[in-house]
Amino acid sequence: MRFVDEFRDPEVITKTAEEIRRLADPSRHYRIMEVCGGHTHAIYRFGLKDILPSNVELIHGPGCPVCVLPMGRIDDGLALAQQPDVIFAAFGDMMRVPGTQGSPLEHKARGMDVRIVYSPSDALKLAKANPNKHVMFFAIGFETTAPSSALTLMRAKSEGIRNFSLFCNHVTIIPAIRAILDSPDMRLDAFIGPGHVSTVIGCRPYEWIVRDEHKPIVISGFEPLDMLQSIVMLLRQLKSGEAKVENQYKRVVPWEGNRAALRAMAEVFQLRPYFEWRGLGFISQSALRIRDSYAEWDSEQRFTVPGVRVTDPKAAQCGEVLKGVLKPAQCKLFGKECTPEQPVGALMVSSEGSCAAYYNYEHRKAMATSLAWPA
Amino acid sequence: MCLAIPGKIVELFPGTPHLATVEVAGVRRKVDLGLLEDNLPESGDWVLIHVGFAMSKISEQDALDQMQTLRILGEDEQAMQEVRGYGLEGFDDKKPS
Repeated sequence: MRFVDEFRDPEVITKTAEEIRRLADPSRHYRIMEVCGGHTHAIYRFGLKDILPSNVELIHGPGCPVCVLPMGRIDDGLALAQQPDVIFAAFGDMMRVPGTQGSPLEHKARGMDVRIVYSPSDALKLAKANPNKHVMFFAIGFETTAPSSALTLMRAKSEGIRNFSLFCNHVTIIPAIRAILDSPDMRLDAFIGPGHVSTVIGCRPYEWIVRDEHKPIVISGFEPLDMLQSIVMLLRQLKSGEAKVENQYKRVVPWEGNRAALRAMAEVFQLRPYFEWRGLGFISQSALRIRDSYAEWDSEQRFTVPGVRVTDPKAAQCGEVLKGVLKPAQCKLFGKECTPEQPVGALMVSSEGSCAAYYNYEHRKAMATSLAWPA
Repeated sequence: MCLAIPGKIVELFPGTPHLATVEVAGVRRKVDLGLLEDNLPESGDWVLIHVGFAMSKISEQDALDQMQTLRILGEDEQAMQEVRGYGLEGFDDKKPS
């Protein structure tokens, strides 16, 4: 494992890894899904796989907001931004994500007014500074970013800023976990729960996973020791036949979540009846729309959205990778047509996408090794 | 976007209680405290920041650990770029709000 020495308590890390080996029953194969893309990135970066026993397999989940956004939504957002006097504002993560006519960055090169912002409140500020333009903020993210979008719309309303709207692509994590558990080709033993989403929603929303599906889930932090401890907690539950929600990341995640954030979300958003997820298809009640009381700040209610639907290239197997059925390198396009430099699927765009993480750490390492091999 | 950036509250504004200046590795920017309105931080407290909004209060030790995690994940530069970008400084209106 890389970087162990740079962390506090390297000895504890070694001991925790030993504990995992002791707990893992050699006659069993454990499939543990880390739901959050941040965890996926950390797992590859730290080389955690290298110290886990081979029968403890980590499956990468759907928790990368850029990766699960269908291409049609990007096309829709960019189509709205084609209108005169519209500024398209989005987080930097969105800028290289391909639509059918190119990414936001490529549209910028063709003359569209595209701005990177680091906060939705800065998109609102952009609207204040440009009263003769309309600023459309292309909002993405799970419950980690949705409260900030909500609060920004509340401020727009209270300050009466009318040249601002939000193109809402916020999604919620629980229905995605349910869809994965309902998928017939999926067999999972336990979950590493998302850390920062849970600071908002708390631990209660996961209780059905243990009640209905009898699968353990541990909410985890992002350091190597956090994730190893979470795996120990999961293996202990599996060994004793228990299934409960445990919180390894107590230093940041309160059991009840962040009530102020949940209030802001409830004020501005309501659940959509259904929403399309890239790779997973339509999932009911899995995304947020803006309430009618905020219609004026909703790009979709304010403008006519084309409603584009784009099917992913047939050869790309993003869906199977997203559900953990295939490993990134098992996709036919991986490392050939689809690379971080020229992504075909969204899992290759974001550093939290499992394909990009796998490519950047495992594939490059393997390539370097093969090149260094004496002829 | 999904980065959680640790910052120390260094200034509060009595007139605008939802704003505070935070310091992240020597860079000072304003962030929104609206999502902590039930438990507002005080000057000297540490918070985790997501997309310009303080999302949770944390201990100083956890803040330092989080910075180290970002460094080892290779995301510290990206985090600082995000912090420097808060308030549109450097590319749109130069004045802090």
